[in-house]
Amino acid sequence: MARREVPEVNAGSMADIAFLLLIFFLVTTTIEKDSGIARTLPPIDEIEEEVNIRKRNLFIVNVNKDDQLLVNEESMNLKDLRQAAIEFIDNGGAPQGTADYCDFCKGLRDPKSSDNPEKAIISLQNDRLTSYKMYIAVQNELVAAYNELRNRESQRLYGWDYTEVKNAIAEGNYRGDVEKAEERLKEIQKMIPQKLSEAEPRSRAK
Amino acid sequence: MAKFTKKQSGALPAISTASLPDIVFMLLFFFMVVTVLRDSSLLVENTLPKADQVEKLMKDRSVFIYAGKPSERYRESYGTSAKIQIGDKYTEVDNLQFALTELRQKLRPELQDKVMVALKVDEDTRAGLVGDIKQELRELNMLKIIYITSPGNELN
Repeated sequence: MARREVPEVNAGSMADIAFLLLIFFLVTTTIEKDSGIARTLPPIDEIEEEVNIRKRNLFIVNVNKDDQLLVNEESMNLKDLRQAAIEFIDNGGAPQGTADYCDFCKGLRDPKSSDNPEKAIISLQNDRLTSYKMYIAVQNELVAAYNELRNRESQRLYGWDYTEVKNAIAEGNYRGDVEKAEERLKEIQKMIPQKLSEAEPRSRAK
Repeated sequence: MAKFTKKQSGALPAISTASLPDIVFMLLFFFMVVTVLRDSSLLVENTLPKADQVEKLMKDRSVFIYAGKPSERYRESYGTSAKIQIGDKYTEVDNLQFALTELRQKLRPELQDKVMVALKVDEDTRAGLVGDIKQELRELNMLKIIYITSPGNELN
């Protein structure tokens, strides 16, 4: 029996086929890069409780329809908002010896401003005609204020940045004991809770 | 004696393209791995606002809501006021709950109660529309939301 030699397959068109596939994938896919500011909405069925909040513990940020800021009834530039929020949260106005005394606050300890970070509430009010751009910018600055304080405290207690470790855990590349780090993150969150309340936009037609 | 034939100078030898398929396949696999299939085409303008205090979005447990002015080619039939897009079509605020429930059912069952709503809203939209969306989400008890932003800061 004569042994036939198998002819070699011509691979010349392989490159064309591969290019075709490549171009197909380039066109139909997108590179994922989504990230953003996460928030939790208040549940709707909550019984409306009359909570007595002292005026000094309230930091009211109001954005009007022309994207102008009004903070505690004084107008303010967006670039000053972060510092103002930090000063408010970090104030620690409760006198030493009382239950509300904040031992880690580095603020001015002004008795007319917030007692401690746990009591400090930032209330955000916006108009229906506020632009989304401004709305996000304000939220970003307020979250930045909280993050800055949390970083400061975690740096003091554990020697790392709160935001860095939180991101590393979320992406799954934190080196070290994840559970321990998560516990410490929770502790920081307890020290400086993010109390950002959003009022429903005014002039809402119902 | 060995005979040395002098190479004819002038004509360049052809470059071998034998490794070209390998290179292209490598590129192909790279793109297949780092990208995902586009699932819906945008019907609205979508320039995201800038923010830097961000968290990563977990894609497997999120549903997307787009909002903004209709894109240029849809302006004639839909006007220029901001609209909400879910999936491949425009949705009204009244219809939002139904559309979202439908979307949620497409997620993996174990992730359905951890659902996160990703809001991709154009920066020129009014906050009122976003407020309406949030109100509907509260009624649906989908409380975790994330405002998708682009990197940067509005201040500089």
